[in-house]
Amino acid sequence: MSEESQSNRIIRAVVAKPGLDGHDRGAKVLARALRDAGMEVIYTGLQQMPAQIVETVIQEDPDVLCLSILSGAHNALFPEIVRQLQEKNIDDVLVMAGGVIPDEDIQALQELGIEGFYGPGSDLADIIDYIRSHLKR
Amino acid sequence: MNVNVDELVDRMLAGDRRALARLMTLAEHDIATAKEISQRTFTNTGKAYVIGVTGAPGSGKSSLVNQMVKIIVDRGSTVGVVAVDPSSPFSGGALLGDRIRMKENFTSEAVFIRSMANRGQLGGVARATKDVISLLDAAGFEYIIIETVGVGQAEIDIHDVASTTLLLVAPGMGDDIQAAKAGIMEICDVYVVNKMDHDGADQLVEQIESSLDLATTIELDHDASHVFTTKQVVRKTGWHPRICKTNALTGEGVEELIDVIQQHKDYLEYEGKLREKLAARYRRDILEILQEQFKVHVETALDPAKNDAIPGLFEALDAREKTPYDIAEELAKFIARMLS
Repeated sequence: MSEESQSNRIIRAVVAKPGLDGHDRGAKVLARALRDAGMEVIYTGLQQMPAQIVETVIQEDPDVLCLSILSGAHNALFPEIVRQLQEKNIDDVLVMAGGVIPDEDIQALQELGIEGFYGPGSDLADIIDYIRSHLKR
Repeated sequence: MNVNVDELVDRMLAGDRRALARLMTLAEHDIATAKEISQRTFTNTGKAYVIGVTGAPGSGKSSLVNQMVKIIVDRGSTVGVVAVDPSSPFSGGALLGDRIRMKENFTSEAVFIRSMANRGQLGGVARATKDVISLLDAAGFEYIIIETVGVGQAEIDIHDVASTTLLLVAPGMGDDIQAAKAGIMEICDVYVVNKMDHDGADQLVEQIESSLDLATTIELDHDASHVFTTKQVVRKTGWHPRICKTNALTGEGVEELIDVIQQHKDYLEYEGKLREKLAARYRRDILEILQEQFKVHVETALDPAKNDAIPGLFEALDAREKTPYDIAEELAKFIARMLS
C-alpha cells in the first residue's frame, strides 16, 4: 500500500446482501454511515447471488466488500463468494462480514480470509476505523 | 494487481473487465494518471454511441436504464452504463444507489455498470466521468448510457457528452413548472414520460407537446463554440424532439423508446452530425481538464505554505485596504509566474 496516494484517496465500498435474507436495515444504516465518513458506497440491494456480488466487485473495483447476512446462511454463502473472488484473482479487496454470525462460525470464516465481524449493536465508528486501517491497497 | 498503466491497458483491450475497472478507479483518482491512460487509449475511442439519461430524482432513471439495457442486449449489442450520483458536500462521500435497479443485468458479459459520484463538480458530469466513458469506448462497448441527476443546468452538460439526450419526467412531480424553464426544453432529443400508468401522464405529454410547439427554433445564449455570450443565436434543428411514454417497471414503451433513439442516431449519421457532436464533446473535455488543473493552481496560490504573500494579502483584505478582486489579481500573477 503506497503511502503518498492514500491520504486523499476516497474509499469505495460495496455493501452486499447475499442470499434470501430480507433484513436490510443494518446494511442501509451502515451504507449511510460510510457515506457520512466520506466513502463512496455501492449498495447492492437484497437477494444477491454470489455471482452477482462478485461481478459487482469486478465492475465497481471497491476497496472493501461488506457482506451482511442475518438469515444464518453465511456458512453456505460466504465460502462460495470467497471461492469466486479467488477464481477471478481478486486479492486486494478487504472482505468483511456483518449480521448474525455465531462466534463458533467465525474462525472458519476467518480462515477463508474474511475479517472484521460486526453484528447488530456494533459501533459504526469501530467499523469505519477498521476499514481505514485494514485496506489492502 | 499492480498499478502499471501500460499493462492494465493491454489487459483491458484484451477484454479483462477487472483491468477496465481498475483503470476507471485510477483515472478518477488523479488527473496525471488520467492523462497517461488517455494517451494510451485515445486512439481506440470514438466508436461508441453515447446516450444521456437525465431527470429529477424519483423520475425512474435507473429503472428505465435497466430496461433499456435489456433491450439493447437483446438486439445484439454491448452496453456500458455510467451512473452518476451526487457527492455529499459535507462528508465528500456518496451513496451510489443506481445499480440496485439493474440487478438483472449484473452478470451479462455484454453489460458493464459503473457507479460514480460527481465529487462536487457543477453540472453533474465530472471530469472523470468523461474518462470512464472513454474507457468503456476503448474497451469496445457499442452503446454507453450515462445516467445523471439533472436539475436544470446539468442538462446542458449532458448534451455535450451524449449524442442523444433523454429527459425523464414523471407525473405529479411539478414538471409543469420544469417544462416552462428555458434551457431544458430546447436541448433534449427525446422526452420520456415515465410512470405512464399514473394519473396525469397524458396531461404531461400534452404540456410538453405545447412547449415544444412554441419552440420550433432553438435559441441559445451561447455561440456555436459553446462559450457563453450575450448574443442571441437562432439555430433551427432538423430533429423535432419526440415524446415517449414508458413504464420502467414493466418495460412497457421501452422498445418504442429504443426505436426512437435509433431513429435519432440514424438522423445524426445521415446528416453528418455525429462528428460535430464528438468535437463538441472533446471541446468540453478540454475545458473541464483545464478547469480542474486551474483549480489546483488556485489552491496552491491560496496556500500560505506555498505562497508567503498570503498572510499579508489577507490582512490587507481584513483591513479593507484590498478587495477580493485585488487579491485575485495578485494570485493570477503568482500562478502565471508559477507556470512559466
